[in-house]
Amino acid sequence: MIIDTTEVQDINSFSRLESLKEVYGIIGMFLPILTLVLGITIGVLVIVWLEREISAGIQQRIGPEYAGPLGILQALADGTKLIFKENLFPSRGDIRLFSIGPSIAVISILLSYSVIPFSYHFVLSDLNIGVFLWIAISSIAPIGLLMSGYGSNNKYSFLGGLRAAAQSISYEIPLTLCVLSISLLSNSSSTVDIVEAQSKYGFWGWNLWRQPIGFFVFLISSLAECERLPFDLPEAEEELVAGYQTEYSGIKFGLFYVASYLNLLVSSLFVTVLYLGGWNISIPYIFVPELFEINKVGRVFGTTIGIFITLAKTYLFLFISITTRWTLPRLRIDQLLNLGWKFLLPISLGNLLLTTSFQLISL
Amino acid sequence: MAQEHAHSSAVEKLLNCEVPLRAQYIRVLFREITRISNHSLALTTHAMDVGASTPFLWAFEEREKLLEFYERVSGARMHASFIRPGGVAQDLPLGLCRDIDSSTQQFSSRIDELEEMSTGNRIWKQRLVDIGTVTAQQAKDWGFSGVMLRGPGVCWDSRRAAPYDVHDQLDPDVPVGTRGDRYDRYCIRIEEMRQSVRIIVQCLNKMPSGMIKADDRKLCPPSRCRMKLSMESSIHHFELYTEGFSVPAPSTYTAVEAPKGEFGVFLVSNGSNRPYRRKIRAPGSAHSQGLDSMSKHHMPADVVTIIGTQDIVSGEVDR
Repeated sequence: MIIDTTEVQDINSFSRLESLKEVYGIIGMFLPILTLVLGITIGVLVIVWLEREISAGIQQRIGPEYAGPLGILQALADGTKLIFKENLFPSRGDIRLFSIGPSIAVISILLSYSVIPFSYHFVLSDLNIGVFLWIAISSIAPIGLLMSGYGSNNKYSFLGGLRAAAQSISYEIPLTLCVLSISLLSNSSSTVDIVEAQSKYGFWGWNLWRQPIGFFVFLISSLAECERLPFDLPEAEEELVAGYQTEYSGIKFGLFYVASYLNLLVSSLFVTVLYLGGWNISIPYIFVPELFEINKVGRVFGTTIGIFITLAKTYLFLFISITTRWTLPRLRIDQLLNLGWKFLLPISLGNLLLTTSFQLISL
Repeated sequence: MAQEHAHSSAVEKLLNCEVPLRAQYIRVLFREITRISNHSLALTTHAMDVGASTPFLWAFEEREKLLEFYERVSGARMHASFIRPGGVAQDLPLGLCRDIDSSTQQFSSRIDELEEMSTGNRIWKQRLVDIGTVTAQQAKDWGFSGVMLRGPGVCWDSRRAAPYDVHDQLDPDVPVGTRGDRYDRYCIRIEEMRQSVRIIVQCLNKMPSGMIKADDRKLCPPSRCRMKLSMESSIHHFELYTEGFSVPAPSTYTAVEAPKGEFGVFLVSNGSNRPYRRKIRAPGSAHSQGLDSMSKHHMPADVVTIIGTQDIVSGEVDR
């Protein structure tokens, strides 16, 4: 009898330990995701603030200064205002498509964040096909735009949605070809491997120098994918009111707004990872990561430095795209598609050809 | 102020009244300030329609300085009511000429900055060249005037063709385009801004001293200190501000070169102190009718920008 009770107690305690472990396992799975989402949200808030400050500087005026010190909380204030607004539905529009449209655009972009390495070991999922996943998932976004345009029951919104989808699809191909050239150079499609391949010579090991044409094509294509000026015809205020976003109000409009900045952030992060060397310090001949592998504190410190470097390079590219937005005029839709199909596509194909020939020759 | 000028010129022509020289120079000075102010608004809102939102803010900073000059001379920033039949309402305050001079010295570099953003920009040229083209014959048929007429190459400027005030003594160049598309009109407006700066500097240099209103007290009110001291001045003041002055019978059409085009006033008088008919010929109403023919074979995105290049204000179209 005593043996039975101790056995029963052992069995009970064993199952409790197991269930706790499982619970910890599940929390351990969600915690990085939540951290990443929190980081992304803060990143988007920072980008919104940066955009307003930089545009104010370019336009010789003062940006937001009342919401929080230096206007930092302005984005939060705008988001809160949007939450409190009435959620309108067009009366004869397709309500399901109307509601799901913005969500699809946001979800596809958020999923792309899972393959970006912020530092060594600091990537949510180290897939072998990391960049390919990004390209594939970001192709889902035009479906969301089409759904919102069609579900609005407004011919101008529909036109805007069609234009946005056409623009996205046209500029995906040069984007993909550039990414393909990078994968060829790095012998892998995993984002971690691509960054590792750029780590040898510091500043001079960046893919930027090995693929200059690809860099410019990628830059232009990613600006077009994000629908930023000079490619923002789908949301051009003068021609289509707000394109596919016309009938939206409240937090759904906020979702489109956020999706635009999320897209911008993920494009900037990919530029950093693919062309600017990712988390490497990039000062030549200083092999810092080895110093930091000594103990655990060193590793944490090294990871933090890696994150900071990634973010610094990302914000450099963000500064360039924000400045471009407030400097250049807008392209018309036919000129935009001309640029994508007749100019960027042949150039990126040529770039791919060059890269392949160099790889063959060096073999 | 160009519109006030047109109306005042019409009344003066009917009255056969002579405007003193200083008043003429002041009128030209403020007309050219109006021209710069209008072009900086028109060009940059046009740029905003095309997509470049930054020149808008830069030009409005310049416009603030010009509106400050308006306010110093008349009390109101925009609708100044400064040019009156017989001259101008008040003399220039002290220091205004010096401030206008220092403002014009830095203005050319502001125009350079605006041009740097747009003129050589490939995207800008792609949006503007060969869009909204008007031939010279079409322009004359539709009744275009001003920049819309000088775009296709018709060299007609009311300041040169039918000079009024002191324009025959000043010496501006009149920019004329060749192709008649939007890019030409944009370049003409930029060049007109530079020529206006030139005219302003010439006016400031040549400004004589003297009276600013015609000497006829039956037309122009006396100054307030005179009015308080002299009986006749009081009576003139009272008569002018209650009943006004009577204008002899026939009619006249007077046009000035407003920044948007030719602004004309057709004034018919029946001898009393109220006009029998005053029809305003606004440049915008003629230009807006050409919108359909100008935007044929172009995209909807171009229609918005063609409206911008015609420099239309809905108020003058509807009147």
